[in-house]
Amino acid sequence: MWNFSCPLIVYGDNSLDYLAQVKGKKAFIVTDKNILKLGLIKPVTDKLDEAKIQWEIFDDVEPEPSLTTIKKGGVAVGKYQPDWVIGIGGGSCMDAAKAIILLLARPELEPESLSVLEEFNFRTKARLMAIPTTSGTGSEATWAIVLTDTKDNRKLGLGSTECMPDVAILDPVMVMGMPPQITADTGMDVICHAIEGYTSVWGTSMTLGPGLIATRLTLEYLARAYKDGGDLEARKEMMNAATMGGMSFGNSMAGLAHSTGHALGAIFHVPHGRAVGLFLPYTMEYLINESAETTAKYAEIARYCRVASSGSDKECALALVARIRALAGELGQPLSVKDCGVGQAEYEKEIPRLIERALNEVMTMTVTRIPGEEDLGRIFKYAYEGKSIDF
Amino acid sequence: MAKYLSQEWCDLYKEEINKSKAYEEAAKTWEGDFYFITEPGGPVKEKGFMYVDLYHGKCRACEIVTDPNKYKPAFTLAAPYNIWKQIATKKLDSTKALITRQSKLTGDMAKIMRYTKAANELTNCTMLVPTEWLD
Ligand SMILES: [Fe+2]
Repeated sequence: MWNFSCPLIVYGDNSLDYLAQVKGKKAFIVTDKNILKLGLIKPVTDKLDEAKIQWEIFDDVEPEPSLTTIKKGGVAVGKYQPDWVIGIGGGSCMDAAKAIILLLARPELEPESLSVLEEFNFRTKARLMAIPTTSGTGSEATWAIVLTDTKDNRKLGLGSTECMPDVAILDPVMVMGMPPQITADTGMDVICHAIEGYTSVWGTSMTLGPGLIATRLTLEYLARAYKDGGDLEARKEMMNAATMGGMSFGNSMAGLAHSTGHALGAIFHVPHGRAVGLFLPYTMEYLINESAETTAKYAEIARYCRVASSGSDKECALALVARIRALAGELGQPLSVKDCGVGQAEYEKEIPRLIERALNEVMTMTVTRIPGEEDLGRIFKYAYEGKSIDF
Repeated sequence: MAKYLSQEWCDLYKEEINKSKAYEEAAKTWEGDFYFITEPGGPVKEKGFMYVDLYHGKCRACEIVTDPNKYKPAFTLAAPYNIWKQIATKKLDSTKALITRQSKLTGDMAKIMRYTKAANELTNCTMLVPTEWLD
């Protein structure tokens, strides 16, 4: 038994108009202070006013939402008792909204217990909506929740299949003002979701489609959106790509670029998309070197995306790796950990912790070549220097 | 061949765990015991309890228990016979089984999630036990 789930996806120009059709009485908006300052909440609340839905804003979400913030949001939502919870922002805000709606149903739980082991049935109280303001995490179309335990700087992969949003609204006006750096960071996350979802051992014929299309869209439109934020077509297609990326890995699993990137992000505070995007070419090379199965899948992607037209699977797969490095270069993204500004001595000291974290991610188990401590250590070292993986 | 849910099977499983270098490395800091519970259904008529005590990369005990009150393990993992069979033969991923509620875990989930690799190696050990299935 497995399942494929995704929200009702409202997309394209004027998508926010959908809000005026929503039935409900009270909406609890989960966001951060920056989104509020950028004026991205007002177009939403204007529509809610039209629909005669009252609203309250919780804007305390920080970039890597902590258990403490979620607890605070849980108390606030409990007092407000809304019938909609709306996450507006990047992955952090949308993930926080998922966690907060679970606490609306089960206020007695601690945020670290918001996992598949519990039942929530929150839809008897409220429904969940996600409105992304970045094109990256795909959180609007996944049930996963990433929270940070600030005690030991550890990222916790939580969530329950129940907390797939009911509705995701992809309105390009919400991303048009995204600065180039965030466009680049979050866009690299998309290509990781798409490619890792496509090649995950949990993937099936149900999940291949979104991964393939999301990869092609990202290769075609990300650099355009980065260079000209006002390019409406590129912005729209990157929004679609991000959501499809979510549908890809959210219904299968991410892979090694995510487990290694997560570890780097947690210890050295490199933004998520930048960290996973950095590791993607290295981890692809690692898989290409031993796994014919994954190499064949990379080759399928390369051919579909017109990155390579002839050549063996290995040649096509390596052409895809080269294309991803070229894209990262075009976006001014770091190609090595050294380029991220992490000091060598400090990095080397942390390698055991990086290994320990990456080793125990589910995402490390869902690839066709599972690295042990030794291989992970070498991947981390090569990625620091910017050396292609030759083992 | 050892029959599923027999003490003989448990002895072989314990042996395989204690032979596994990969498990030892991944679980070197793990401390925690389990009941693996087979729910009645199919060829299994009564709830079956297997007690497994894992400590610092080794299996200290593995036994079939008839009185579930004998131990108070930190974790329990329960599933019907057909699901256990699929997990043990790697036809079903144990995390997928949890997500789809085909198996039920009690205990500190966050702790288990820090030892994903060890859990994977533990399943690899079940593959090595020549098992006489009940159906
Ligand atoms: Fe990601």
